[in-house]
Amino acid sequence: MFRVYSAAGRIVSQKCLCGKVSLRPLQPCYRYSTAGNPGASAGKIVGTGFLLIGGGIGGTFLYAKWDPKFRESVEKSVPYSDKVFEATLGPAPYAVSLPKKPISSAAEVVNQKPAQTKRKEKPESSVPLAAPTAEPSLEVASAEAAHIISAASEVPSIPAPGTHDGNGESEGEQKSATRPALSAALEEELGSAAHVTLQAIASQEAAVSAINSHSQKLKEAMEDSEVTPEQKSAQWGALEDALKQRSKAVDEAADALLKAKDTLEKLRSFIDGAKNIKAAGAKSHILVAEENLNRMLIDLDNVVKKVQAAQSEAKIVAQYHELVAVAKEQFQKELDSITPDVHPSWKGLKLSDLAGKLSTDDLNSLIAHAHRRIDQLIKQLAIQRAREQQHVETAVEQQKQENKKMLDMAVSKALDHYHSEINLEQEKKVEEIREVMEAEMRTQLRRQAAAHTDHLRDVLKVQEIELKVEAEQEFSHKLAELETHYRRMTQEQIDNFTLDMNAAYARLKGMEQAVENHAIAEEKARKAHQLWLSIEALSCILKLASGDSPTEPLDGAVEAIKSSCADNEFTQTLTSAFPEDSLKQGVYSEAALRARFYNIRKLARRVALIDETRNSLYQYFLSYLQSLLLLEPQQLKPPAQLSSGELDTFKLLAYATYCIEHGDLELAAKFLNQLKGEPRRVAQDWLNEARLTLETKQVINILSAYANAVGLGTTQVE
Amino acid sequence: MSEGELSRKWDRCLADSVVKLGAGLGLGIVFSVIFFKRRTWPIAFGSGMGIGMAYSNCQHDFQAPYLLHGKFVKV
Repeated sequence: MFRVYSAAGRIVSQKCLCGKVSLRPLQPCYRYSTAGNPGASAGKIVGTGFLLIGGGIGGTFLYAKWDPKFRESVEKSVPYSDKVFEATLGPAPYAVSLPKKPISSAAEVVNQKPAQTKRKEKPESSVPLAAPTAEPSLEVASAEAAHIISAASEVPSIPAPGTHDGNGESEGEQKSATRPALSAALEEELGSAAHVTLQAIASQEAAVSAINSHSQKLKEAMEDSEVTPEQKSAQWGALEDALKQRSKAVDEAADALLKAKDTLEKLRSFIDGAKNIKAAGAKSHILVAEENLNRMLIDLDNVVKKVQAAQSEAKIVAQYHELVAVAKEQFQKELDSITPDVHPSWKGLKLSDLAGKLSTDDLNSLIAHAHRRIDQLIKQLAIQRAREQQHVETAVEQQKQENKKMLDMAVSKALDHYHSEINLEQEKKVEEIREVMEAEMRTQLRRQAAAHTDHLRDVLKVQEIELKVEAEQEFSHKLAELETHYRRMTQEQIDNFTLDMNAAYARLKGMEQAVENHAIAEEKARKAHQLWLSIEALSCILKLASGDSPTEPLDGAVEAIKSSCADNEFTQTLTSAFPEDSLKQGVYSEAALRARFYNIRKLARRVALIDETRNSLYQYFLSYLQSLLLLEPQQLKPPAQLSSGELDTFKLLAYATYCIEHGDLELAAKFLNQLKGEPRRVAQDWLNEARLTLETKQVINILSAYANAVGLGTTQVE
Repeated sequence: MSEGELSRKWDRCLADSVVKLGAGLGLGIVFSVIFFKRRTWPIAFGSGMGIGMAYSNCQHDFQAPYLLHGKFVKV
């Protein structure tokens, strides 16, 4: 047995091994078949991955190029992307607009008109104009021009910060139309005035230089007597040219001065007019303009002084020249009077030149004249020396007077200038203080306004709250009303609906109930029928008992009963009440039991005497003898009541026989149950069988009765 | 069946007694022949013993249901 099992096991394991071995060749094939694909698919995956990434990056670049906001967001989110973007796409477009912001902080200056961008060109052009014209003039002139330049450059310095802003702030123009126009006009006037003044100064300088050169040349021409006649004539020619130039320059200077004075007057009047308009921010411009005006006036006056000084010097030189010329003429006249046949060309020649052209007579007369002249001159000189002091005093007095006059003029001019400067400064200070005050007042006003707005806000809030509360109340009241109304309506509707629904539901329920009941009744009827059938089957089995053998085992029929009425407790209990033996072995029929009974009776009669105390063989013999001799009627009707004293075997047997004869197995069994001793032992089996049969019969009777009842119950009387 | 039991008992009894009697008789005969010089008393003795044994057995068999078997319990 064990060997068989082990062999079987070995065979089985061998089979398994074979099976495994047979499987293995498949696996590598599977692996080979799949090994080829992973390589290709991996390459494909990698390739597609790269493509996707590259496409994503390229798309990002293109879109960043097109949309700067997207570029900004990408630069913010990805750390070094701004560098990459700068390298590839160039600087970000939004960086250019940054310089606008810090400039806009200059609030006052912001409101500069874009028209100034045109205006600033003029002062700037006047500056370069002044610069080249200042260079050829003297240092002082250039310093003065520098004043003008600075004055003029101040003018463009104010609009300078606004150049970039001019593009973005054009909407501020419309607010102050007078101020920009005013300032523009101011600037224009200032520019033109500066221009003109510079011109005047330049011409004055030119005049001064011309005068100086002229006087210098004159001095040279007068004093230098050792040069050749050609040089002298050249000098005199140059002197004439210089004179012409001087006169021209002086005229020009005078013209320019007039023009400048006119322009300055115009400017002053304009400034006065602007002062009257009282535009807020233009005050500073007005002040600046006034300052420039004053400076220009001062410069002009200085230059005029210079010119006058030069002129006075030139006058002195001219006087000297006049005197010399007069003297020369006098001399010539005397010479002519002395020497009538003098050459007209002598007048232009020096004395030394004449030396070789005169005769001795002429020379003598000339010498005599000369001596006479010398005597005359000596006398004059003596007189002059005598009157020197007086002359000097008178000259000094004259000079003093002139000096006083000049001083007065200068002092007055200086005073005027000083006054104007002081006024300017005062005005400036007043302006400043006014501005400061205005700013303070503005802040105070602002504070007040803020306080006012706060107060208003608070009051408004309180009002708002109150109004809200009122509105809420009204609203809630109205809402409650509407709600109650609505609820009532809905409740009515619901009630009606509920009523209808209830009615319908009740009807439905009734119908359902009826149908269910009908179904239940039918079911019951069916079940009852089934039950009855099964019970009938059972009882048929009982009837089928043939002869002395028991019936078939009843459990099949009982099972059928059980299955046919699984839900019926009554039946279940009953079916479980069947004795086991009847189920397994079947029961005996009554007839069989009857037959057996007679046998039992015979035996029981024979051993009637045997019991616990008497059970020897002799007693057996005796009881047998007794049974032979005792004559009892075979059947005795059992009385209605029994007393236990008078019961003995024979009587009991007689009663039982009677009952058996009359079909009452139960009573017979009861009687037999009263047997004692050996008769009881003899009848035991019969009793058991009888009991089984009786029990089974009882159960079956109950079941059939129940089935009948149920059947009756479920049968519908039509 | 319980009613057949008595019959069986009787059958056994008879059979047993027959056997015992026969055996007793036989032995008696044998003994008498062999040991007791053909006297009749061993035969009678043997048969008597046989019958007696049979009787005893029979009785015991019939009494069997009523016999009480006690146990000796040492305290």
